[in-house]
Amino acid sequence: MSGLVLQKVVKEFGVFRAVNDVNLDVPHGTFVCMLGPSGCGKTTLLRMIAGLDLPTSGAIRLDGEDITRVPTHKRNLGMVFQSLALFPHLTVGENIAYPLRIRKAPKEEQKKRVDELLSMIHLAGYADRPVSKLSGGQRQRVAIARALAISPKLFLLDEPLSALDAKLREAMQVELRQLQQKLGITTIVVTHDQREAMTMADTVVVMNGGEIRQAASPIEIYRRPADSFVADFIGQTNLIEAEADSQGRATVFGQPVAGLPLPPGAARATISIRPEDVHLTAPGAGALNGKVTFVRDLGGTIETFVDVAGRQIVAVSTPRARPEVAVGQPVGVALTPDVCVVLGK
Amino acid sequence: MTSVFRRLYFFLIALFLALPLIVVAGVSVNQKQTLAFPPEGFSASWYGEIFSNAEWRNALAASVTLALLSAMLAVAIALPLAWFLWRRVAPWANIFQLLGVAPFTLPPVITALGMLTFWATAGFYGQPWTAVVSHAIFFVTLPLVTLSLGFTSIDRSLVEAAATMGADESAIFRTVVLPLILPYIVSGYAFAFVLSLNEYIVAYMTVGFTMETLPIKIFNALRYGYTPTMASVTVLFVATAAVIFGLVARFGDLPKLLGAMASDEK
Amino acid sequence: MRREPPQNIGDYAPLLFPAAMLTVFFVVPFGTMIAVSFFQRQQGGFYMPAFVFDNYGRFLSAFFGGVLGFSLMLAIAVAICCVVLALPFTYLLTRTARSVQVIWLVALLSVLSLSEVIIGFAWSTLFSRTAGITNVLVALGFMGEAKALTPSFGAVLTGMVYQALPYTVLVLFPALVRLDPTLTEAARTLGASPIKAFFTVVVPALRNTITATLIMVFIFALGSYLLPQLLGRPQHWTLSVLITDQAIYQSNMPFAAAMAVFLVLVTLGLVALTVIAGRRGEAA
Repeated sequence: MSGLVLQKVVKEFGVFRAVNDVNLDVPHGTFVCMLGPSGCGKTTLLRMIAGLDLPTSGAIRLDGEDITRVPTHKRNLGMVFQSLALFPHLTVGENIAYPLRIRKAPKEEQKKRVDELLSMIHLAGYADRPVSKLSGGQRQRVAIARALAISPKLFLLDEPLSALDAKLREAMQVELRQLQQKLGITTIVVTHDQREAMTMADTVVVMNGGEIRQAASPIEIYRRPADSFVADFIGQTNLIEAEADSQGRATVFGQPVAGLPLPPGAARATISIRPEDVHLTAPGAGALNGKVTFVRDLGGTIETFVDVAGRQIVAVSTPRARPEVAVGQPVGVALTPDVCVVLGK
Repeated sequence: MTSVFRRLYFFLIALFLALPLIVVAGVSVNQKQTLAFPPEGFSASWYGEIFSNAEWRNALAASVTLALLSAMLAVAIALPLAWFLWRRVAPWANIFQLLGVAPFTLPPVITALGMLTFWATAGFYGQPWTAVVSHAIFFVTLPLVTLSLGFTSIDRSLVEAAATMGADESAIFRTVVLPLILPYIVSGYAFAFVLSLNEYIVAYMTVGFTMETLPIKIFNALRYGYTPTMASVTVLFVATAAVIFGLVARFGDLPKLLGAMASDEK
Repeated sequence: MRREPPQNIGDYAPLLFPAAMLTVFFVVPFGTMIAVSFFQRQQGGFYMPAFVFDNYGRFLSAFFGGVLGFSLMLAIAVAICCVVLALPFTYLLTRTARSVQVIWLVALLSVLSLSEVIIGFAWSTLFSRTAGITNVLVALGFMGEAKALTPSFGAVLTGMVYQALPYTVLVLFPALVRLDPTLTEAARTLGASPIKAFFTVVVPALRNTITATLIMVFIFALGSYLLPQLLGRPQHWTLSVLITDQAIYQSNMPFAAAMAVFLVLVTLGLVALTVIAGRRGEAA
């Protein structure tokens, strides 16, 4: 099949297993974000796809061909490094032309392609500048142009935007996504920033402890997290333990919640409720009762911290939609079953 | 208060370092062939003597040739070694790093005597080329240290980036590593060159009876009395060293070469 | 790029030339010297293979003990003088503008690269009667008449400190550059004067560096082979001078080699002792 396929990929450094039995299909033209906390194995996985590290076992296929042991320089990749790795001894133009020069492309062709790429990244006329004279965002774009110079089969980016400030980063996310859609190139980005992943990806791959916890579209990851790690890692959430009472009804903190489905036969389960789905009511009107402990007014949204039977639940709402509450005031918490996600173990 | 103290202290150290050289420079322009300071009269003829007198001229030529060749050989030994140690994990290969640093760390007499016994035993004692090899080994430490520093300053992701763009090992070395390490090669060569130019004991013990380098010539002249040419040669040496190190500082990062990695942040 | 172990025999190729050169022209000569130290000396400067301890036996004399003791004492004196002079200097140097630093470094390297022959000649000129420093003092009216200051112990010590001072500064330089400047700033805000901050914060923080520098300068000074000869009297000769003398002028290679081996052992032994002492000091 066309695209990138990882089969039972394992990487061990000594006794430490950095990547554990990873399987993943990336269809041609997909934008994948690998997301996870530091040390989760996402960068190691990317380096194995690039051939910079060899898997301990397992196979990597690209368009049906097994490339597991193909050396990096024969894989026809484009890769953007976290440090960008722009060559300090070469100019902007020479940096972008490097992959063409290595492939001994004719001089005129190199020049034509460099000009093309420079105008694509809005840096036309910068060919002769030293890279040290560029701003952070400009370097970023040069690194991207250089990686795309040969129209690679695979476009890999390792934390590419981490050095930029927040505003520029958001702008580059959009730019990168638009560029990828225009070129239709299979792209894999490693990031620890979930906003970045949500902005750019067709598929978000959430990793932890060297394993893939969930691989799905951004909205599905957010709405239907596979487990409590994913639910907690992507956005903010309330994780609540639910139990079945003697009649088999689901209860939360001892109070029955009508319509909440527990997995068949399970005595208990963890449910995830996004803060924006938690609605505050008058005391006694909701499924649960609690007391307000803290109110954080962020202008655009207001977060209300409610203590329910010793556990904290956070509700987020816009100022208009929120009933007036003050610290110390008793409130009710409404839990509608359709916003409660029952997590698998 | 601190700044006054600093200036005074700097001045005293500078005076201490410069004083003998000032006197030698003064002596070198004496009109007559006497050792006198302050100089009596003024004459630059003792500088001309270095080039017009066949003995001094030959010694100069011998010294420069020796320094040029031995520094080249020292770099040729140090470059592959430093590259290998940077590129590969091979703990036992560090023994060669140690061997490369040892000759310069031990008292020079040791290396000199080792060379003397070795060349005498091997039957090459007194051959001019033995001095080239001896100096190269004696000074291999200098390019080895500058090159090791230089390699550690190369971001390894540059090498990986080149590989992802299709460069194999030799193309990476040619297009990325070599251009980045070149300043360190030049400064390593410069260090070895200047020190070889000045070196006495190893040269003396290996080829001292068959060939005169400038330091040997000065020493021999010193034992048979005084001639102002010694002074003019000394000034020439100091000036050469200052010019070469000045050039290294002009085109390279001297504080960094001397191990001050933190200087980047200033 | 991850550093990886060599994958195949070809990956060792770059090591071939350096390894061969260092082995053949350093390890083998060193071994030859050790071998020669056990050889039997013959008349006329020749020697023949043997395995005798005679050359080492000669150490057991009052004369040799005196030379060894003087060599060590001189090297220690030079090391202490150099570190005492260089430490505040280097500290101040690392706190000056970069351009000033570079000028000093060029000057220090130039002096450091000077041949011992040249240093010896320059100082013997400076200490001479006809062209020396005393002429300046006479001209200024501090002295009645010019006189020679060499040969003397003071001249030897001065010459050797001159030779080793740039080396000391350059050894101290990297460590002092890396020293966190906020350390002294913190001490200043706590009420210490600059000089007090230097002695109460910088010096203790650099204790290990200072010890290491003392050892390195000590070894450097032990290697001085000409200055004691040019600026001192025969009783000021060191082991290095004696080795040169035996090898070249007395043509007694086996004895020179034995002394050289002994010098290496003394050097290594003292380094080891100091390292052990340093570890114990840290543990305490």
